[in-house]
Amino acid sequence: MSSNADTAQAKSRSGRLPRKRFYRARAHSNPLSDSHFPIPIGPADFDYCHHYPYFFAPGSGGRSDGDAPPRKVRFADIGCGFGGLLVGLSPLFPDTLMLGMELRDKVTEYVKERILALRASNPGHYENISVVRTNSMKYLPNYFEKGQLSKMFFLFPDPHFKEKNHRRRVISLQLLDEYAYALEVGGIIYTITDVEELGDWMRSCLEDHPLFGAVPEEELELDPVVKLLSSATEEGQKVARNGGQTFRAVYRRIKLEEE
Amino acid sequence: MDESAEIVSDGGHEAAAAAAIMDTDNGLVEEEKNTDVKVAPALISVHPFEKSVVVAVGSELRLFDLEGDCSVSLKDDSGGPFHSDAIRAITFGAKGRLFVSAGDDKLVKIWATSSWHCARSVSADKRVSAVAISHNGKYVAFADKFGVIWLITLDEDDANQSKVDNKAVPILGHYCSIVTRLEFSPDDRFIASSDRDFKIRITAFPKRPLKGALEIQSFCLGHKDYVSCLSFAHPLGYDHGFLFSGGGDSTVRLWDFFSGLLLATCEVGAKAELLQSTGTKDSYPPVTDLCSSFDGTIIAVAIQSLHGIVLLNCDFSDRTLSVAKVVTLEENYFPTSLASSTFTQRMWTIMGASNHLTPSTTQLPTRIRVISGYCKDRSNDNGYGPTVLEDSEVPGSQKLLSHLQGSPDVTKEDTALAAAAEAVKVSMRNMLIKKEYTLDKRELRKRNRNDRKLR
Repeated sequence: MSSNADTAQAKSRSGRLPRKRFYRARAHSNPLSDSHFPIPIGPADFDYCHHYPYFFAPGSGGRSDGDAPPRKVRFADIGCGFGGLLVGLSPLFPDTLMLGMELRDKVTEYVKERILALRASNPGHYENISVVRTNSMKYLPNYFEKGQLSKMFFLFPDPHFKEKNHRRRVISLQLLDEYAYALEVGGIIYTITDVEELGDWMRSCLEDHPLFGAVPEEELELDPVVKLLSSATEEGQKVARNGGQTFRAVYRRIKLEEE
Repeated sequence: MDESAEIVSDGGHEAAAAAAIMDTDNGLVEEEKNTDVKVAPALISVHPFEKSVVVAVGSELRLFDLEGDCSVSLKDDSGGPFHSDAIRAITFGAKGRLFVSAGDDKLVKIWATSSWHCARSVSADKRVSAVAISHNGKYVAFADKFGVIWLITLDEDDANQSKVDNKAVPILGHYCSIVTRLEFSPDDRFIASSDRDFKIRITAFPKRPLKGALEIQSFCLGHKDYVSCLSFAHPLGYDHGFLFSGGGDSTVRLWDFFSGLLLATCEVGAKAELLQSTGTKDSYPPVTDLCSSFDGTIIAVAIQSLHGIVLLNCDFSDRTLSVAKVVTLEENYFPTSLASSTFTQRMWTIMGASNHLTPSTTQLPTRIRVISGYCKDRSNDNGYGPTVLEDSEVPGSQKLLSHLQGSPDVTKEDTALAAAAEAVKVSMRNMLIKKEYTLDKRELRKRNRNDRKLR
């Protein structure tokens, strides 16, 4: 296996994109399971140098110019899959650091190789995106400080159809507390799915949660990110190919209304 | 995927049913079901003004009234049974007016301490792992092994009693993690919850909490293993107060909970020189309980392999935690729970466990030791002293000890107690620490997975 990894790395460094069939993975993964992957003790322990070497050359301490404070991750793609959204967002916001979080081991490896290949063949580009293998439902606060994120993405999450598995859904009232913690006031949460029942579920969770308010349609039309939701990812493209319908819920993190 | 089984595979007879609720689309490998007997540590709790002392061991609650100098039997006519399974959490609250007990029988019982009458008995969906009472006496919070924290409203007004629902409302959750402790901040503005996944969450406790406690104030992250105990302290002259925590990583930490900042860490296991070698790993034993004086300057810590307690000094201006003294008790005495009354400066410790292996006809034995003067007495120059009290010097002496210890002659129970202590160690380790399997074993477990599509 290690020789495969070496050749894969060599290939991506030369700019060749990884082939998906070498990274076969099951579509579902159990978020309840305790896997043994390393987790930072706290947001200050997140290894920025490793993920974004272009911005954090060792010794520079992440300062781009003068006394500007060190950059932090501002966009998080929860369940980033094969990285389609990150790759689509990267050129739109070249100075913003983005992190994909994915539970599946092999898929995370694929995304890593994809990003390395893109960086090699487009010098200076795609340096602002990276991926980490983790369970974001349990460990989100380990990566992000309070109010650190300005955007969070939940694209085509696992629907967990059976009633008894609803608690494994990535959007729930309980977890929205944590997403509200990580998002700054005014930050936006984007969700999309092709499963109508899940779309209703996510929309009603967001609607019911006092720390989130709907973003009006007019604003969504002006947001360049919204178009990417259905077109940038492999899942989204598949849905479009099959002529399926998508269900979107985009909400803003608001302050709790005083009584 | 099979690893989720370990959260419930602490070997209880209901493990099969409970595990099925957790994860039914797996073929669970119940390999450790029979060797792990579910053992709960004995717990002790003291009324804030030391009016009474309560011991919980197994499913029994033993109560001694120090004011009346007599043992008291609890009255329960709220319809339900007393606890039918191991009690996992007890606490006094609302300045001693209320007492709560809850555990593996999924019942939360709220007792009025004036009459020791069970005012409410609430059933929970899952086994309860932690309880807390708000200081104003209006709410009781409890947490289950699945990470959800529930709230019960206590209505003072008798007229409303019949209308009050006996159901608890979920207010927040630690996703799929066993919640180990719950505490309300002294002003009831915050609720702290700690879990098995090394985290402490501080949530704002709203004026109308039944709609949920959704504003997370901070996360206190820093522990490198499960967090086992919490205690708030509010010394004079500071706006928000502080939080102490102890964990499986053998440390006690001081936090500015308002911001989530870690202020100080004390490696108590290392300081008490308790290095253990288990197989290939060297480690320090976990902190099992801690108790702080009201102003937070002295913290008493119980560590799993220490036959005694460690007293720590906390200096809030310097932000330091240091070992003040190690109080040693007799050779085989390992406290499983601590309780203190700042009012009388006495620290009560207990050792014992529920142990299904002993015949049920004899009462479960426990051993109680009391340390007096644990708070520093600066005015006394000749060695302030925490002193360990002899049995005859303990308040309530023989009457209290024979009732709470459950056995007239405790010296005979030494071997039973030592076995119980060992069983508790194993049980806690299995419940709170993730199992690590070798590559071969993992592959074997994967083979038993039952989620393949049928061709």
